Amino acid sequence: MSGNDRLGRRAAPYLLTMPGMLWLVAFFLAPLVLMVTLSTQTGNLLDGFRQTWHFGIYPQVIWQYQHQFLRSFEYGGAATIIALVVSYPLAYWIAFHGGRRKTTLLFLLILPFFVSFVIRTLAWQFILADDGIVLGALKRWHLLPSGYHALATSTAVISGLAYNFLPFMALPLYVSLERIDRSVVEAAGDLYASGRDVFLRVILPLSLPGVFAGGLLTFVPATGDYVNADVLGGTRNNMVGNAIQREYLEFFHYPAGAAMSTILMVLLLVGIFAYARALGTRSIQEYV
Amino acid sequence: MGETDVRLDQVTKRFGDVLAVDDLTLQIDQGEFFSLLGPSGCGKTTTLRMIGGFEDPTAGVIHLGGKDVTNLPPYRRNVNTVFQSYALFPHLDVFENVAFGLRRHHVDRQEIKRRVGESLTLVDMPGLERRKPGQLSGGQQQRVALARALVNEPKLLLLDEPLGALDLKLRKQMQLELKRIQKDVGITFLYVTHDQEEAMTMSNRLAVMRHGKIEQIATPEEVYEHPATEFVAGFLGASNLLEGEVKSRHAGVADVVVEGGSTVTVPDASLNGSESRVKIGVRPEKIRLEEDEGEPPSGWNSVRGVLQIATFVGVSHQYTVDGPAGTTLTVYAQNLGSGANVAPGDRVRLLWRPEHTFVVRPSEPLAEWEEEQ
Repeated sequence: MSGNDRLGRRAAPYLLTMPGMLWLVAFFLAPLVLMVTLSTQTGNLLDGFRQTWHFGIYPQVIWQYQHQFLRSFEYGGAATIIALVVSYPLAYWIAFHGGRRKTTLLFLLILPFFVSFVIRTLAWQFILADDGIVLGALKRWHLLPSGYHALATSTAVISGLAYNFLPFMALPLYVSLERIDRSVVEAAGDLYASGRDVFLRVILPLSLPGVFAGGLLTFVPATGDYVNADVLGGTRNNMVGNAIQREYLEFFHYPAGAAMSTILMVLLLVGIFAYARALGTRSIQEYV
Repeated sequence: MGETDVRLDQVTKRFGDVLAVDDLTLQIDQGEFFSLLGPSGCGKTTTLRMIGGFEDPTAGVIHLGGKDVTNLPPYRRNVNTVFQSYALFPHLDVFENVAFGLRRHHVDRQEIKRRVGESLTLVDMPGLERRKPGQLSGGQQQRVALARALVNEPKLLLLDEPLGALDLKLRKQMQLELKRIQKDVGITFLYVTHDQEEAMTMSNRLAVMRHGKIEQIATPEEVYEHPATEFVAGFLGASNLLEGEVKSRHAGVADVVVEGGSTVTVPDASLNGSESRVKIGVRPEKIRLEEDEGEPPSGWNSVRGVLQIATFVGVSHQYTVDGPAGTTLTVYAQNLGSGANVAPGDRVRLLWRPEHTFVVRPSEPLAEWEEEQ
């Protein structure tokens, strides 16, 4: 083997990861650093911003937007739980009883998501409108009081979030259920486990990696989302995403927006690490 | 022994258009080591799965210990299974895997601890209770799977090609071990395999299956020495088959004129009522090969041929001989240091005792996918 060959072989992993690395540095790491520096600048749009390393903005936005922060985690958590409760039976049924139609059923599951996120949320606004096709009809038949409204409530926002991020929950769940060895399920039955025991002792624990991944993939974007709160919520249901958007695009107060983005990111990371320690990686590694 | 443990009465299983098990009737005695042997697709695993309760028969009745269990789910049958892939619970450690069945029956903690310990000792696996299945070798997983089934003290243990994934050396060792364990616990074993040597090594009796039907049920010796059909003769080891016609019968023997004109003598009983056209066979190791000079010794069956290939395999010599009417015959001669002094191209004769001759019912030829086994 020539020296050149050996060099090429040793360089290969770096060369292969190079494009991805460059991409991440340019479009992820650099903006991240910029965002953190931006948060410590002082000034305004007309006079320009100067780097002052003024960290006072952090306690200020936490104090100012504490409700939005809390609400984001509350809505994100609720949406994640709803998505889990709705998708688990769905994913279970497709994985275990879908038979030859599995692919079709999975396609149907993600079909709505070929339509733009914003359009789908607007459609929900249309459906839930005070005199829309659902509420309007129910009110006409006197099944609901005429003053009832669904929009601009926390229920509407949470439902929208749960709906919009459902596939992020359902697909990892499906994958983890699908890959459970069927003979393990049969073995449980052979060892006197009733249907309920088979589920609780074997299927549920073996699907926990899917629950973990689905929870993560749903909770993180749902917590940072602002479209659902914007379209389906009212002024009293806005989330931290809405506040960040307003600071950036309405008040042009970039340092405040950047500081809030940083805080949200750190909170999510801390949360994820705690979550992963509690039920995540250790058990996942043990299964595979 | 003697008491019937498993009884299948005219059991049939269809999957859509495919007839997997065809009107099967079978009895297995208490304490027996019984094997279902056959090529893949012969219906042996389906039969086992119906006894275990994982498949419902399309027709027929299954009795376990005198009780009709045809429509009972697996967890209501006093039967446990060792699966081909072991099917250990990956999220539970060895102890919890073995204790699984006992916990479902709410056995108390001390009792569970004792019985799990005992069954792990029985399969020679003590001290690894806290390992996860992923941390065990294939052979160890196999032992845990066995302990997990045996700890429940079932009336019947079903084993679905349990040694299929192990390497040859380990497989041989586990065969003897399984036999020892079966003797120790006295539980009826129903063993499914496509490996004829495995089935012969371990079984008290075995059933050779093909196309969802049983070709022959007998002891390993009987199945090997007196195969009932051409398929059985071919599936269990090598055999030499010749077509012939029964010429005369007298004093417990029959004379059969085979292809090429030689007359061979076969035990009358082995004709099994066959009329005139028969197929006779003899195992390669039963044949003595010698130069074709002078008259063949009397009292021996004799067929002439030309030696094609002589192979030395250490413990034995293998000869391939062009026999009468285009047949190819195989001879194994143990290496006693005094073998026949023959070379390829020589005219030879093949001699064997009449009692070593068997008569088979003709079968349709082996399909390619069956031969792969």
